[in-house]
Amino acid sequence: MITLISIELQKIFRKWRSYIGFIAIGLMTAIVQFALYISKDNYIKFATRGLQDNFEFVGNLFNGYLVAYFILQALFIHIPFLIVLVGGDLFAGEATAGTYRMILTRPISRFKLVTAKFLAGFVYTNILLLWLMFVSFGASVLLFGTGELIIARGNILIFASNDVLWRFTAAYAFAVLSMTTVISLSIFFSSMVENAVGPIIATMAVIIVFLIISAIPVDLLISLRPYFFTTHLVQWNEFFGDPVDAKEIVNSGLILFAHIAGLYLLTAYLFIKKDIMS
Amino acid sequence: MNSEQIIEVRGLTKKFKNITAVDNLNLNVLRGDVFGFLGPNGAGKSTTIRMLLSLIKPNSGSIKIFGLPLEKNRNEILQKIGAIVETPDFYKYLSAYKNLEILSRLSGIEVSRNKIMKMLELVGLEKRYKSKVKTFSHGMKQRLGIAQALLHDPELIILDEPTTGLDPQGMKEIRDLILYLSKEENKTVFLSSHILREVELIATRMIIINRGAAQVEGTVEGLLNTDIMSVTFEVDQIDKAIQIINGTNWKIFYKSHAKNQINLEMTKDEIAGLNKYLIEKGIMVNSIVPVRSLEDFFLKITEAGEK
Repeated sequence: MITLISIELQKIFRKWRSYIGFIAIGLMTAIVQFALYISKDNYIKFATRGLQDNFEFVGNLFNGYLVAYFILQALFIHIPFLIVLVGGDLFAGEATAGTYRMILTRPISRFKLVTAKFLAGFVYTNILLLWLMFVSFGASVLLFGTGELIIARGNILIFASNDVLWRFTAAYAFAVLSMTTVISLSIFFSSMVENAVGPIIATMAVIIVFLIISAIPVDLLISLRPYFFTTHLVQWNEFFGDPVDAKEIVNSGLILFAHIAGLYLLTAYLFIKKDIMS
Repeated sequence: MNSEQIIEVRGLTKKFKNITAVDNLNLNVLRGDVFGFLGPNGAGKSTTIRMLLSLIKPNSGSIKIFGLPLEKNRNEILQKIGAIVETPDFYKYLSAYKNLEILSRLSGIEVSRNKIMKMLELVGLEKRYKSKVKTFSHGMKQRLGIAQALLHDPELIILDEPTTGLDPQGMKEIRDLILYLSKEENKTVFLSSHILREVELIATRMIIINRGAAQVEGTVEGLLNTDIMSVTFEVDQIDKAIQIINGTNWKIFYKSHAKNQINLEMTKDEIAGLNKYLIEKGIMVNSIVPVRSLEDFFLKITEAGEK
């Protein structure tokens, strides 16, 4: 199995498209960091408007933690676009290239192949998010230093600098789970078709449709929100609440995990039965 | 050659919706055979090969390879098979060497660098081992396909149209390679081809299928060694010759007024008799061309199937 996973990873990382995500995250993060650096005073004033008459803010409020949080908020919704470029290609790319015929006439079981592709996809997701963590959190802390984290989420929350690191770590860990769900969905679609464009569009269409439906303030649709996996994708944000709603986070985590397991098993079942005609 | 059955197919049937691609097919490939698998386009050759390699599942019937049911022993069987299914495709963004390395690892064996280079040398690609496959011509990919099929030293080699897209020299090289593998390396070769002359030259046994069903199976020699052959007479007065022949027991198969040619089916002994008879009746016979190729045989078989 390790051999299979390493082969799948080699295939992923020898393709140009696999680096689009890294380049995009690197560029976007650098742009946001630069823009925030230029307009940092205005941003802090805007974030603390309404409090400035009654409170005096001292210390380094514009710091690496704030920038990292801001980037995570701004970019997180776009990461799925980058991940499905790889996930959508994992199976469909083999069908398009005609390489299914080569690999499936080798003495490896289809179940193992599906497992290897899922695990390689998960590894890619982890590496991409580690890169996001490095450039958004690591680089921001290096560039802008540390301090208290001030967050405006309806009310103003200020976290002491020694209370921030674990929140970011947990948020990135949850983000891995969220994005693993996204890549699982794209791999599932990818296993059913012979062209990578279809799974990429289908995955994004599902996410966008669910997000739009979730955003419509109608009772019936509001009641459906908990059943959409997209609702749980952004639960990493809960780690920046006070108090942290552990029950809700665990619940969302379990729902996402169930989606990943379900998509994996469904993909394996369908792929084992599939006639390879490409 | 011995009588050990390497491939044993019984009642194999595959349907795609309302189309029956393979219909109750039986075939037997013996150890040491170069087994020709012939049929016109759409006859069900590739579908059969895909079923032999477990790429698609039959609706009914059984496949035994090396005496083992394929369904229950897939991995064990595939370890001993090297195959090309239709046009060999590779990871275009990887080099020829890297592709072979990956495929050998997928076969569950660690093939040495020397072995990979030896295979590339065998198919004449040793100088391009570092080149990415996307820079390869169709013929080069076909050669690389042969290399990957032989990489893990398989007992049975299944080749689906292995010479497609090759120039005449390349086709000859592949034919020579197949003969070498069969005679020197004792491999069993299952060869699908639409180039009938190719099968005639190298196959020991063959089957002809049409519309998914077997038309005939046997040794190439046995199938060709019939007394009846197709003979073309070129004469100076075709209308008179046709009139004379119609008054005999010989039957004209086809005629060409433009070329003054008449084609008949007859035994070897009858050729001289007809020639003498036509001359006696004042007809000049310019040439007599007997045709007894697999192509002729193949066309008759498949035409009979159509009817």
